[in-house]
Amino acid sequence: MFTIIRDLSRHNMEFLCGLLLFAVIVGLVILSYFSPYGASDIYLLPPDMPPDGEYWLGTTSRGQDVFWQLTTGLRNTLYFGIGVAILSRIISLVVGLVAGYAGGAVDRVLMAINDSVMVIPQFPLLILFYFVLKDSMTWTTLIVIMALLGWSYDARLIRSVAIGLKSRPFTTQSVYSGMTMRKILVEEHLPYVLPIVFATTMNNMIWSIGMEITLSVLGFTDIETPTMGMMIYWANAHSALISGIWWWVAAPVAVIVILFLALFLLSMSMNEYNDPRSRLNRMGS
Amino acid sequence: MTSYLIFVLKRFGQFLLVVFLGVTITFFVTHLTPIDPVEESIGAITQMGQSDPNAIELMRKSLRELYGLEGSIWQQYLNFWLRLATGDLGPSLSAFPTPVSTIILRSLPWTIGLMTVSTLITFVLGNAIGALAGYYRKNMVLKGVSLVFIALLPIPYYILAFVLLIVFGYLWPVLPITGGYEMNANLDLSFALVLDILEHSILPALSLILVGAGSWLIGMRALVSNIITDDYVTFAELGGVPKNKILRSYIARNAMVPQFTGLAMSLGAIFNGTVITEIVFGYPGIGNLLIEAVHAGDYSLVLGLSALSIVGVAAAVFIIDVLSPLIDPRIKVE
Repeated sequence: MFTIIRDLSRHNMEFLCGLLLFAVIVGLVILSYFSPYGASDIYLLPPDMPPDGEYWLGTTSRGQDVFWQLTTGLRNTLYFGIGVAILSRIISLVVGLVAGYAGGAVDRVLMAINDSVMVIPQFPLLILFYFVLKDSMTWTTLIVIMALLGWSYDARLIRSVAIGLKSRPFTTQSVYSGMTMRKILVEEHLPYVLPIVFATTMNNMIWSIGMEITLSVLGFTDIETPTMGMMIYWANAHSALISGIWWWVAAPVAVIVILFLALFLLSMSMNEYNDPRSRLNRMGS
Repeated sequence: MTSYLIFVLKRFGQFLLVVFLGVTITFFVTHLTPIDPVEESIGAITQMGQSDPNAIELMRKSLRELYGLEGSIWQQYLNFWLRLATGDLGPSLSAFPTPVSTIILRSLPWTIGLMTVSTLITFVLGNAIGALAGYYRKNMVLKGVSLVFIALLPIPYYILAFVLLIVFGYLWPVLPITGGYEMNANLDLSFALVLDILEHSILPALSLILVGAGSWLIGMRALVSNIITDDYVTFAELGGVPKNKILRSYIARNAMVPQFTGLAMSLGAIFNGTVITEIVFGYPGIGNLLIEAVHAGDYSLVLGLSALSIVGVAAAVFIIDVLSPLIDPRIKVE
């Protein structure tokens, strides 16, 4: 793992940029634990102060410091994305490995469900869930719902690798030496698909955080928890742009763009690293 | 021909499965709701001064029938299917007694129009630039253009649309930023109206195209750079076939096949993006309707919109799937 990171940062500009941007994000998240203000306390400070020496990114109309709001919101958003990623990875690993290894009817049934989940438009469904659950829509619930909607694309990818692994001699050998299917999948096949799982994790986070932001901005999540989307929601609720409090909106938008570029660059360079053909191209050029 | 028929039937089975799963989820989610649509509308009506208990009881009974809330949950489930099949989704709550289907049909053309046009432009543009960038690897202009599109790719729809709104609404107000046409426009079909509608669709379509083109570009570029090393391409180059022709008829044609499959698979995501973009720009389509329905607590409209979105997207996927073998001579009928 460590050698992969070293190789990538040496030979791959994209990976290095992504890593640096991500370090900025992680730095902000760590800072959030040192925030002098409570996350949902309001009217602590003079409202609508522009950015200056005392309030680095200004204050909001609700009397909060934009910078510290930003760090806390970023933390919640990032943890949300990581939660969805971990849960949905587990589902896609199980489905992908089992479908690829078992083949036949099991494969067909799993892939039929997989393709159905893939084409169902998630956004209207998420709004429907909010509509039904209203106040009982906690972040945990949302993480579970998102994970149940966001595994199918990667399950297909893992399956295609698993099919290739099945025909390899070492699999045959494991079968003849009496290993159970579960053991073969976990001990023999899992290490091969892990690099792909890492690359898909980034893509999955891009998707889930994008959804979180959209739902929050529309006010369709728990509005008490500060997240990136919620910051924009409150800014909109106070017509920040129209009254010229631009820093309240600009700060979260800028950080969101940094976060997404970081995740995207990491996922792209990982994908390239996983594909031997393009790795050769890079070394040759 | 029979193999093609089997293929179509299989795809149709997949289509039915998507619809079944989607509608079932929709139904059971809404029936766990704490909202009782009947009590909601009774509350709305009694506020208007109607308070005779007998009349209210009668109303409650007839509303229960209207909303299909009679009988056990399985009976309701069967009824829901029947009503979906006949297109009768009950009356809307917020615009009582207009049928939900009428309201949805009013918004549907806007969404279909916006989605179709922007998807076509995105697909053609992304693939064209991707193919060129994959073939002419040294060209700096193509590299630059590709880089811009790829950098825009991870940005969430909402944020990009929001930024465009700020740029063209506040900093440089040249384009209309909200609605589908001018507020007091004369809605008779005329040249001016068509222009007006086009002008209002520029920003929503632009944000969809800017976010979407990058993924086709990356896919196509990778496909083309892989095909370049194939023997038949080398042979054509040695035989002195013009470069443009090689790219067009030797490389792009083969690369388009997997891209077309990708189009079917990403339709759900494209629909999500369209709905979100409509919300930002106040475009009078399904997206706006959905948000209004949620804010108004319009139970039957939210239910109808969710079910319809799933059926509609599944149908579009089915159509693209069935068409794809027509471009691909190596039809896979496993």
